Amino acid sequence: MRHTRKHLSKWLVFILIGLILLLTGCSELTVMDPKGPVGEQQKDLIVYSLYFMLGIIVVVFVLFAFMVIKYRDKPGRDPKDYKPNMHGNKTIETIWTIIPVIIVICLSIPTVNTLFDLEKPPESSAEQEPLVIYATAADWKWFFSYPEQGIETVDYLHIPTDRAVEFRLSSADSMSALWIPALGGQKYNMAGMQTTLYLQADETGVYEGRNSNFNGEGFAAQTFEVYAESSSEFNNWVEQTQNTAPKLTQSKYDSLLKPGILNSTKEFSSTHLQWVNHGTSNGMDYAINRFWDDYGDKLHLKNGKNHSHD
Amino acid sequence: MQLDEFFVTGEPLIYAGMVAIVLVTSAIIFLLTYFKKWTWLWREWLTTVDHKKIGIMYILSALAMLFRGGADALMMRTQLAFPDMNFLNAQHYNEIFTTHGTVMIIFMAMPFLIGLMNIVVPQQIGARDFAFPFVNALSFWAFFFGAMLFNISFVIGGSPDAGWTSYTPLAGAAMSPGPGQNFYLMGLQLSGIGTLATGVNLMVTILKMRAPGMTLFKMPIFTWSSLITMFIIVFAFPILTVALALLTIDRIFGSQFFTLTGEGLPMMWANLFWMWGHPEVYIVILPAFGIFSEIIATFARKQLFGYSVMVWSIILIAGLSFLVWVHHFFTMGAGAFVNSVFSVSTMAIAIPTGVKIFNWLATLYKSKIQITVPMMWSLAFIPSFVIGGVTGVMLGMAAADYQFHNSYFLIAHFHYVLIAGTVFASFAGLIFWYPKMFGHRMNERIGKIAFWFFVIGFHVCFFPQYFLGLDGMPRRVFHIVPEWFNLNVISTVGAFGMGIGFAVFVYNIYYSYRYSERETTGDPWNARTLEWATPIPVPEYNFAVVPHVDSLDAFWAMKERGESPYDESKVEPIHMPNNTSQPFIMMGIFTLASFFLVFEWIWLALAGLIGGIVMMIIRSFDYDEGYHISSEEIIETERSARGL
Repeated sequence: MRHTRKHLSKWLVFILIGLILLLTGCSELTVMDPKGPVGEQQKDLIVYSLYFMLGIIVVVFVLFAFMVIKYRDKPGRDPKDYKPNMHGNKTIETIWTIIPVIIVICLSIPTVNTLFDLEKPPESSAEQEPLVIYATAADWKWFFSYPEQGIETVDYLHIPTDRAVEFRLSSADSMSALWIPALGGQKYNMAGMQTTLYLQADETGVYEGRNSNFNGEGFAAQTFEVYAESSSEFNNWVEQTQNTAPKLTQSKYDSLLKPGILNSTKEFSSTHLQWVNHGTSNGMDYAINRFWDDYGDKLHLKNGKNHSHD
Repeated sequence: MQLDEFFVTGEPLIYAGMVAIVLVTSAIIFLLTYFKKWTWLWREWLTTVDHKKIGIMYILSALAMLFRGGADALMMRTQLAFPDMNFLNAQHYNEIFTTHGTVMIIFMAMPFLIGLMNIVVPQQIGARDFAFPFVNALSFWAFFFGAMLFNISFVIGGSPDAGWTSYTPLAGAAMSPGPGQNFYLMGLQLSGIGTLATGVNLMVTILKMRAPGMTLFKMPIFTWSSLITMFIIVFAFPILTVALALLTIDRIFGSQFFTLTGEGLPMMWANLFWMWGHPEVYIVILPAFGIFSEIIATFARKQLFGYSVMVWSIILIAGLSFLVWVHHFFTMGAGAFVNSVFSVSTMAIAIPTGVKIFNWLATLYKSKIQITVPMMWSLAFIPSFVIGGVTGVMLGMAAADYQFHNSYFLIAHFHYVLIAGTVFASFAGLIFWYPKMFGHRMNERIGKIAFWFFVIGFHVCFFPQYFLGLDGMPRRVFHIVPEWFNLNVISTVGAFGMGIGFAVFVYNIYYSYRYSERETTGDPWNARTLEWATPIPVPEYNFAVVPHVDSLDAFWAMKERGESPYDESKVEPIHMPNNTSQPFIMMGIFTLASFFLVFEWIWLALAGLIGGIVMMIIRSFDYDEGYHISSEEIIETERSARGL
């Protein structure tokens, strides 16, 4: 009996800790506290599914605890409580097949709906055209090109709030993924093809963005900050960049593209799209042809900023 | 090539590894020489074709690999415990998570389970060996040498560092130059061929060599799960073999299947990898289900509830396992329709799995549960696996997966299913069938200490990781930011708890070898299936008299009828295969060839390949017919083993 109690109390403690963490901690977790409609939709889906999952967990844990406590082999048990040759029961087996089927259906419908919704810009800003940004990953940095504004930033991003952003994702070399957890889920950046990701910020603020798909030594450093600001502030920033930032030349671009980590962010008043779009099959081998021998060089990247590469 | 390019230099931890390897190897050589055990090692083990000995070698190798993979894990958890850790640099961390994943899946989980199958399945079906004992030895040596080839990479040439998924273009020649990635390719190729051969071998064994009367639906559930697993292996592993070969040709001979140049298709690798890789995770979970079913029925002192539903669930899960591979990259941008299809097929797997969970619970209903150590592992599996399972369904919801993907939420999920499923099952199965291997049980008290350390450590380690994932912590980063500190340090404490549990478990092997009472009957647990009908120690021919089966739980029925599985009047001479050194030598030569290919020494590799082919030709002209064990010898063996 001692072991059963230990067993059971351990599980109860876990459930309790889990629930407490869920209830108190969730509002502080980035994904559960989204700052835009895409992340909001995903959070709603997660919360919706959590109810089912917690329900399943409670049912199974209670049944489990009941069986393990009640049916332990111990002296003085009622012999009628032992049916060694029980081998099945059609009714009950049918019931516990149908219940998971129903749960899966209940989870599938909102999943499919959300999937189709996420392929379009969020409805809350439908009156405006989405802002188009080409987000190009390269080992291990991010280029953000604003073709309509004719500007390009490296390793940071400005977006207006309450307006959808249409990211056109591609990569100059390895496969990576653009992920801004506060705004919504990720999608892959791949060389030679273009994927589209819609995100939107409803609150101003600075959010963490990163490559979430492992792509080599500099992976952990391939991050960027997202400045979500009101449209007037955003327009000011655009104008300022257009006026003060230098033009991006191909040789400058190539030097930035070379595998490695950049020490500072950059901005330019023209984009690299005029000579290469890595998201097309023509642009697929642009970086690898130029830097074939450089990818193998080690950065000796250590924690913090003390990499000897500088 | 310079010597300092051949050996890995500049890392204190790796130097320590080198010293450890040299010391352990010298110690083994010394002990073998001192106790004059070289001939014993060669005759009894390296040249054996006995499935039970091969099974033991599989399990010992798997335990060694669990130690290696576990040491990798502890190093990672140490590095991630605090935000400012400089224990591992980025490159070393990348190598370690790559080898951790590869070792645990390919060289630990699968061999552990295949080892248990080796020992148990022929005995469960009343057979005297595998259908192809020679091939079985070949499979083992392919796995073993493949594992050694992969493991040697950290001191010679450098470890692979592109993740166990080895995604192209990262894993291609341009971005991962040097031998590291070649070690991955050749190590997996060798052991994969061994696994494929085991797939065919065990499938034929189960289909053709069952005792008379044992129809498919009278087979023990572990045999069923093994059979279905072999079907998955036979259909999935060729995909891996081809993918590995294409990437090898890419890297070594400059073809452009998965490259960024020459209109290569890097994303095709992800598809091929997961078309094998998803079935692969069911290869390591279905046998675990089988093990738990056997143990729960045995110690609940009750027939398994819903046997045929359990079998059909396994078949259904196996079928679905081939239809869900895209869920590993929902974020590749295949579009809402494709993701919807794979989302629903993924969640559908929860249905047969859920049914199995309820069947196990129903097996406990109105039972008489005896809390032995294997039963504790099996019981701990149920709630732990349910947590892993429901979070798996959450990951299957593609729209939400955009947020979970590549995060610690995913890490927590698959450790919850693979550890609570496969690792718990491996421990449970090893302890359960231990008397069949070594003639004594493992100590219960020490076993319980190991259990509690490991299970509590496991939850403390991985439960916080769900929340880290939701807080935006991606997998495979080598350092953490301060916001992720609290949960990470808890997780690290849990990991060390698991480490202590494993150490106690291994100590228990030694302790039990020294002090456990030797078993006198073949059936220490009062169990149900035929493997318990053989005496302990199990004779090389397993069954002196092939049993006749007419119901499920054949041995239980025999015991209820008061029959003995051994009838001296029916003993006849038994035909057995001879030991052979060919599998060891053949795979040794292929391994040498692979090693040369890793370093792209083409002519040496070619010479090795020719050597291997010569060995195959020699084997083709091998007319060894084996030998017969006489009735007198069998009777003598049985009398002494059964104490008659």
